[in-house]
Amino acid sequence: MPTTVWLWALPPVAVLALVFLYPLALVVQESLAPGAYAEVFASASFREALVTTVWLAVAATVGCLVLGFVLALVIAFVPFPGGKAVSKFIDVFLSFPSFLITLALLFLYGTVGMANGIWTDVTGDPAGPFRFLTTPWGVLLAEITYFTPFVMRPLLAAFSQMETAQLEVASSLGARPLRIVRQVILPEALPALAAGGSLVLVMCLNEFGIVLFTGAKGVTTLPMLVYSKAILESDYASACVVAIVNVALSVGLYVLYRGVSRRAGA
Amino acid sequence: MTSGIRFDGVTVTYGSNTVLDHLDLTVEPGEVMALLGPSGSGKTTALRAVAGFVRPASGRVLIGDRDVTALPPYKRGIGMVVQQYALFPHLKVEANVAFGLKAQKVPKGEIPGRVAEALEMTGMAAYAQRYPRELSGGQQQRVAIARALAIRPNVLLLDEPLSALDAQLRSGMLAELARLHRELPDVSILYVTHDQVEALTLADRIAVMDKARLQDCGTPQDLYRRPRTEFTASFVGNANLLPVTVGEKGATFEGVTLDVPIAEAASGTTATLCVRPHLVGLGPGPNALSGRITEVQWRGSTHRLYVEVGGHRVKADVRELRETPPLGGEVTLHFAREDAVLLAAGVTDG
Repeated sequence: MPTTVWLWALPPVAVLALVFLYPLALVVQESLAPGAYAEVFASASFREALVTTVWLAVAATVGCLVLGFVLALVIAFVPFPGGKAVSKFIDVFLSFPSFLITLALLFLYGTVGMANGIWTDVTGDPAGPFRFLTTPWGVLLAEITYFTPFVMRPLLAAFSQMETAQLEVASSLGARPLRIVRQVILPEALPALAAGGSLVLVMCLNEFGIVLFTGAKGVTTLPMLVYSKAILESDYASACVVAIVNVALSVGLYVLYRGVSRRAGA
Repeated sequence: MTSGIRFDGVTVTYGSNTVLDHLDLTVEPGEVMALLGPSGSGKTTALRAVAGFVRPASGRVLIGDRDVTALPPYKRGIGMVVQQYALFPHLKVEANVAFGLKAQKVPKGEIPGRVAEALEMTGMAAYAQRYPRELSGGQQQRVAIARALAIRPNVLLLDEPLSALDAQLRSGMLAELARLHRELPDVSILYVTHDQVEALTLADRIAVMDKARLQDCGTPQDLYRRPRTEFTASFVGNANLLPVTVGEKGATFEGVTLDVPIAEAASGTTATLCVRPHLVGLGPGPNALSGRITEVQWRGSTHRLYVEVGGHRVKADVRELRETPPLGGEVTLHFAREDAVLLAAGVTDG
């Protein structure tokens, strides 16, 4: 019997090896070119990109957690007309491509966007004051806008499981809404926050489309560095080294994410 | 300090649906009032109006002399215990009980003493360091009661507190609640339940609710022995309700004239005669009714007989019979004059 089982397993493993593991091995092999790691690690552009990537991802995650928690609280616990529709819309939002948000932000705050357009019309200045979109702040805004629903989804699920009786008893015991949020809702939402947060962190580390679409020239993240090294400079060895670092970073975080979700029972 | 609860014409609506219709009811200071009724009768809504979770469409809710109708729940100073315990799962028993004390800004030094006192009172002192998930249902409910009592409320709201427990635990907790009330005679308790045994055992008075309205209110003995409506008679104690025609000296049921107290009921009118099943005897006697047995249930110490008398089913609970009577057999039932209550027609629709 075990032989038959192995026979069944063989085709999918072979396909997997051919389409996924082999190219990955090629990347690893390419990165092992003599002196490639030393050269990349020594370069200022790599270190800058690493720092930019990590701080952008961490800042975006914190922003998503705060914004997502507040929005999910309102949707789950403050009854308002259309609350259900908003909740549904969040599901749809998750399926949008990330560059769409950036494109929308460009229409609003880009150099020829609506905000600047109104400004130039009103004041007669040749250019508007809104230029943050091409700075790291623009990337941060776009990432928070796009990734917040990824935090809200698990939170809303956690909130729907929460007993309203707990909240009612808490308020009958004299707790005001803020205390209830802090001492009853937040502790029970921690696993969902941790799970959503790690997911967003990993996705932000690998985000490429948003950074590219904002056209922020000064913002070089690891994926952007891979792109410019490989496509623009044809320096495959360096590109592969950066890619390996990026993969190591996100796999490490993914392992952390699995650990957290398992503890949360997800 | 003691304070009662007063419902002053309280109406609660959800959209076009009236879930509580003009409730007037007073719970005296230190009294246990049971709100008894089937689901959807409005009893839980009444409790939630006191707690502040529903806003009445009209009417006022008073706690003591204070009109609390517009106050948020956290300003009402009420202890509340619900069916599903609603303990905070991430907090130990001790912290659960301390929750209300912290929320009410009780001085830090006082809190441990007050927590210990509340846990002592409910017999949970040994479990202070446990998490709720490490406790049984009965223990969790004791913690929930301790948590509600820790803030020393004048008013305690109990919303089906024993419904999640199994029968044996329930009767133990019932005795426990009665003891707690003896120890805290100043606390007014509003006890919502659909279980007549709980209401009859614990309450000083029972308010019977049905279809969003108060149907009847009185002491348990009063409601049981002298129900004023058909609903009370059948919901509390599941009485026999026989349609009768009032005569000069008694009432006629299926052609048989029964010797029953007719009070002021006018001769010739129709009314309902209420007789408790356990007060119906088997065999000949006063007010004898003959019929055919349609069903027999053995209940250990008693037999419940269903006897068809002229198209009406009469229930009789008799002491366990040595021989189970055969289905379809002819039997005679009887009851004493003083065990019958005549309900005037028209009071049923409350």
